[in-house]
Amino acid sequence: MNIPVYKFDAVIVGAGGAGLRSAIQLSEAGLKTAVLSKVFPTRSHTVAAQGGVAASLGNSEEDNWRWHMYDTVKGSDWLGDQDAIEFMCRKAVEVVVDLEHYGMPFDRTDSGKIYQRPFGGHMSNFGEKPVRRACAAADRTGHAMLHAMYQRNVKANTQFFVEWMALDLIRDSEGHVVGVTAMEMETGQVVIFHARAVIFATGGSGRIFASSTNAFMNTGDGLGMTARAGIPLEDMEFWQFHPTGVAGAGVLITEGVRGEGGILRNSNKERFMERYAPNAKDLASRDVVSRAMTTEIKEGRGCGPHKDFLLLDITHLDPAVILKRLPGIREISIQFAGVDPIKEPIPVVPTCHYQMGGIPTRYDGRVVAPGADGASTVVPGFFAAGECACASVHGANRLGTNSLLDLLVFGKSAGDTAVEDLKAGHAHRDLPADAADKARARLDALNERQGGVSVAEARAAIAGTMQAHAGVFRFSDLLQKGAAQILEVEKMVHNLEIKDKSQTWNTARIEALETQNLIEVAKATMISAEARKESRGAHVRDDAPDTPEFPNGRNDKEWLKHTLWFREGNRIAYKPVHLQPLTGEPVALKTRSY
Amino acid sequence: MTTRTVQFKIYRYDPDKDERPYMQDISVELDVKDRKLLDALTKLKAKDEGIAYRRSCREGVCGSDAMNINGKNGLACLIDIDTLKQPIILRPLPGLPVIRDLIVDMTQFFKQYHSIKPYLINNDPPPERERLQSPEEREELNGLYECILCACCSTSCPSFWWNPDKFVGPAGLLAAYRFLADTRDQATNERLDNLEDPYRLFRCHTIMNCVDVCPKGLNPTQAIGKIKDMMLARAV
Repeated sequence: MNIPVYKFDAVIVGAGGAGLRSAIQLSEAGLKTAVLSKVFPTRSHTVAAQGGVAASLGNSEEDNWRWHMYDTVKGSDWLGDQDAIEFMCRKAVEVVVDLEHYGMPFDRTDSGKIYQRPFGGHMSNFGEKPVRRACAAADRTGHAMLHAMYQRNVKANTQFFVEWMALDLIRDSEGHVVGVTAMEMETGQVVIFHARAVIFATGGSGRIFASSTNAFMNTGDGLGMTARAGIPLEDMEFWQFHPTGVAGAGVLITEGVRGEGGILRNSNKERFMERYAPNAKDLASRDVVSRAMTTEIKEGRGCGPHKDFLLLDITHLDPAVILKRLPGIREISIQFAGVDPIKEPIPVVPTCHYQMGGIPTRYDGRVVAPGADGASTVVPGFFAAGECACASVHGANRLGTNSLLDLLVFGKSAGDTAVEDLKAGHAHRDLPADAADKARARLDALNERQGGVSVAEARAAIAGTMQAHAGVFRFSDLLQKGAAQILEVEKMVHNLEIKDKSQTWNTARIEALETQNLIEVAKATMISAEARKESRGAHVRDDAPDTPEFPNGRNDKEWLKHTLWFREGNRIAYKPVHLQPLTGEPVALKTRSY
Repeated sequence: MTTRTVQFKIYRYDPDKDERPYMQDISVELDVKDRKLLDALTKLKAKDEGIAYRRSCREGVCGSDAMNINGKNGLACLIDIDTLKQPIILRPLPGLPVIRDLIVDMTQFFKQYHSIKPYLINNDPPPERERLQSPEEREELNGLYECILCACCSTSCPSFWWNPDKFVGPAGLLAAYRFLADTRDQATNERLDNLEDPYRLFRCHTIMNCVDVCPKGLNPTQAIGKIKDMMLARAV
């Protein structure tokens, strides 16, 4: 079959924050760049980020990148790579200022500078007290940011392929990445994008869980493609459950609400976080708050007829502050919880939110995988940034507002590194003869199969399995059962049937292809989680409790290492954490408390 | 709400197999948790996977799932099912070519958005830190920057229906004013020149359908009025 080939210097897959940020670097460097996106760029899920982006601007009080770095390392429960964390925290000011120059409508202080608010886990003076570090545009920071970056790309004449879905990564016999196969959603046409550099910026995959703040399209397409191309996924056991999703609906309520003074209460109206985190209280790190909430519910202090949610209370705040700083939250509360937060507290529950793991990368954006000798080596031509990548700056738990920072810093650095490569200028490597075979085979199978499993059924099985076996608290027996069960669910996914065979905007086919990506993420998560026999950050197991020998259940002697999951044979390997920062002394290991 | 059955009439058209569009009668069982129209569509799709529509964030910020619901444009993820008269009639956004079912071709809409140069223009060398802007100056952007480009407004505007190639439409004009109102932008004259034309701006006849349907509560008509004021002030 003859498949058209489009030739570009660089192909970026994904037009959310990371993809758009990379695209600015490439387009402004004059390189021929294609950006592929399943949705019109401003519909990418970065748009839903609310509270802010971290940078030690020090606009309202003293701050510096070293404190930010300390908080991030501590937040990561020491699993984050300290070189990458230093790189991110030092670059933060620069990338936030870039955004302001692009026209992003940040809120302002009285002196006209960017407005900053407190956020969970962000402290001054190495963990002393909360600091205002989150740069915000009301509670619509992601929206304001994504639109500003799209607009900058319009100015830079970036070439977008809107409503195109990438299908598979193309690697040649030497392992170089030379392009992707992709499908135009409107026509069903499959095309090869032949490139000298491929950047994945495909975002998260929170839809593996039944209860998620994530958009429908967050199906881990980049992770699925990467795993199928023989590259491992890193630290996939670490998933962030955001403390405040709207009970029932899952829609996000920003931590910025607590930054502005919001308080979590149980059925006794008690501010229970004082018991779990006496210093930071409601602004402790997300994993800590989510576990505290789950414990409150488990011990019978949940609210409502089924005692299954808690209350986020801002009724004590000045309504003018709510209308000015949290207008979107008020809208969401009225829409999805049926309460006006000026008058009544918001029912909330911990909800799957963010994937700390992903495609293994370095801080320059290059993807790395173990070579023949087991040591990390660069996958030539392949870059990744944003939630789909694992640099690793978030380690075992991400701090709020560090996700928007991650996508800016690593979007930019992946773009810069790709520009360097491309300007050094080798020619396009030849496409392998079988470049499109894998993608075509999957599409043909979907077109031909009869009597299989429906997409809705398979998706429910994935989400149900993950929700029941890999939640806020983890239990060794459930992890074992879950790891076995997800392999059964995989068989369903191998047997997907779509009844709709149309070539025109076939959403059933798109969802089937997405499901084939979701299952890779789900397997990686279950199998990596089952294997890690300690508690760390967001991964807390019943058989690794808090003991004097292992405070918080963390076992640095055996488990201070990154997980790598390989699709082939569901193999697990480990690699060391980079404890050495770029400059100065490492943040020394210590027990994490807030 | 409890379990209930909800009746729909849905516009269907797949150019691969349908000679012409038709309205499909279909119903769906909903449970307590199904609150928004998008929840119902998700269940409908599990029943008939061929129903094509766009959707993503399901919380009213991405702007994907705009459609015509019982005659009025809106976002499926923000509309409470139980406020709608049955059978609930779903059609694609009016005035744009239909690709399939509830999915329209938005090329013309985005072309108009792009035509107003939707990006900050400031030719001074950027300072080392942020450009300063007072809270009051920043306030001027409220009600403008929040647009999600869902196209509910432009596709409910008769002036846009008649002249989608010549009239910028409410969404594009709201964006134009968003940059005119920004103290950091230096291209005021260029932007006004770009709109000084019998069609691009002046086809707005203040019918205000745009204001009526905007799911974010924005007011494009007011923004258009302010552009007209700037135009006038410049002329005298």
